[in-house]
Amino acid sequence: MIEVKNVSKTYGAKYVVEDVSVSIQKGKITSFIGANGAGKSTLISMITRLISKDTGQVLIDGKEIGQWKSNDLAKKISILKQSNHTSLRLTIRELVSFGRFPYSQGRLTPEDWTFVDEAIAYMELTDIQDKYLDQLSGGQKQRAYIAMVIAQNTDYVLLDEPLNNLDMKHSVQIMKILRRLVDELGKTVVIVIHDINFASCYSDYIVALKDGKIVREGATAEIIDHHVLQEVYGMDIRIEEINNHKICVYFA
Amino acid sequence: MKKRYLIIALIVLSILSIFVGVRDLKPSDLLHLTEDQAQILFVSRIPRLISIIIAGVSMSICGLIMQQLTRNKFVSPTTAGTMDSARLGILVALMLFTTASPLLKMGVAFVFALLGTFVFMRILEKIKFKDTIFIPLVGLMFGNIITSISTFFAYKYDLIQNMSSWLLGDFSMILKGKYELMYITVPLVIVAYLYASKFTVAGMGEDFSRNLGMNYRRVVNIGLVLVALMTSSVILTVGVIPFLGLIIPNLVSMYRGDHLKHSLFHTAVLGAVFVLFCDILGRIVIYPYEIPISLTVGILGSIIFVYLLMRRKAYE
Repeated sequence: MIEVKNVSKTYGAKYVVEDVSVSIQKGKITSFIGANGAGKSTLISMITRLISKDTGQVLIDGKEIGQWKSNDLAKKISILKQSNHTSLRLTIRELVSFGRFPYSQGRLTPEDWTFVDEAIAYMELTDIQDKYLDQLSGGQKQRAYIAMVIAQNTDYVLLDEPLNNLDMKHSVQIMKILRRLVDELGKTVVIVIHDINFASCYSDYIVALKDGKIVREGATAEIIDHHVLQEVYGMDIRIEEINNHKICVYFA
Repeated sequence: MKKRYLIIALIVLSILSIFVGVRDLKPSDLLHLTEDQAQILFVSRIPRLISIIIAGVSMSICGLIMQQLTRNKFVSPTTAGTMDSARLGILVALMLFTTASPLLKMGVAFVFALLGTFVFMRILEKIKFKDTIFIPLVGLMFGNIITSISTFFAYKYDLIQNMSSWLLGDFSMILKGKYELMYITVPLVIVAYLYASKFTVAGMGEDFSRNLGMNYRRVVNIGLVLVALMTSSVILTVGVIPFLGLIIPNLVSMYRGDHLKHSLFHTAVLGAVFVLFCDILGRIVIYPYEIPISLTVGILGSIIFVYLLMRRKAYE
């Protein structure tokens, strides 16, 4: 379990994240929603020690992140940032092999390569594994990064806007993959997501942030609610039930 | 390109390099060398060959490491102020200790090269506008500022002649006893090889490295120390060889990709082959005179560089 206790972060005099406490349950998809600048990305960056927190505690399986060795933590929790594009010419296979870095420091054992092969196969990238990243479409690239995280084999997988720049088809594909990571591999997935309907259809638990604070959190069905969303986004959002999914209509 | 072809090219050119020169030395002479020929071989030709190979290997690797660490294809010791800072260091060493030993000069040059590169990296962090072409331009400007400081002091202390000798890379002055400093780079190349994967992870960015539990700062610092050491040893013995650190890694990246583990060896050997080729060319074009290496590499290199730039445009 990930426990966030009274965590704050300020830039200058402005609180980006203010006194946030939240628990992330194992074996679930938890979505962080909220308007731009609500502090979602900052919060998950602090949970994964990419940026330092000013106050508060983040406990991962009961141990404060500052007390984890960075290398051991990399076997426990992984993060994919939205800015994961690179100018380096790497093949999919090379990228995925970096996922084994915490285990082998770059000198991969045959066992490590088995993990790499399995991750590539799981993401259905085997046929194109020797292609360079700059030759791939956005969806393939995102799958390659997720394959790397699978090879990293962490209990917790955090993704910062994994659907950024993806079309509808690939967005659905990525969300289904994340669902499978939880249902088949028993991972715990945390995503920052803007598309409220993807959050509604695929997540188990939703945490809504506004101005650096948590305004509401709860099971998906509780949060996808006219009044709650009014509070979170300040918008009048109609909610329709289609094929047992709650769909928010906010386009016009 | 296969590894095999590169190695064959290296061997053929090495042999050629030994037997090209004003003094006659044929392969058939090797078995019964006259004293004169033995002198030529061991005092001039072989030191020259070794220094060419070391310079080619180390400058290409320096470029490769810098390009990965700055995540920019157009950064190299020549376009990041490293070379200029090293030169200022040599000048300072000459001013403070007039009869400085090569090792001391190299030490001072190293400290300056390292400081200069750190300052450049600092500037990079502060710049918001991270355009691929803009960053090396900043590096060139930064380098020019440092060079103007060097030139000022060189004029003041009448060392301008000395300074221009490190401006122009030249192998014709390499003799036994004058190049041994370059052997320092051999262990450095080995360290670079051991850190290959880590440099590539660092090249994927700070967040990426931290996600994998790697100490990003430490790896970057080790990379910069390697670059500064290799650059200062080459500049002190051979001089500046322009473009090398820029074009060789870019050429190899096209067919080997950017995973250092897979591209390092090719980069090193191609660098040596390229410098050897340019050196032999410079020796035969106006035979029996010689064109300095910085000129031949500069001309061939700039042509390749323009090609790389055009190709980049075509891809976007």
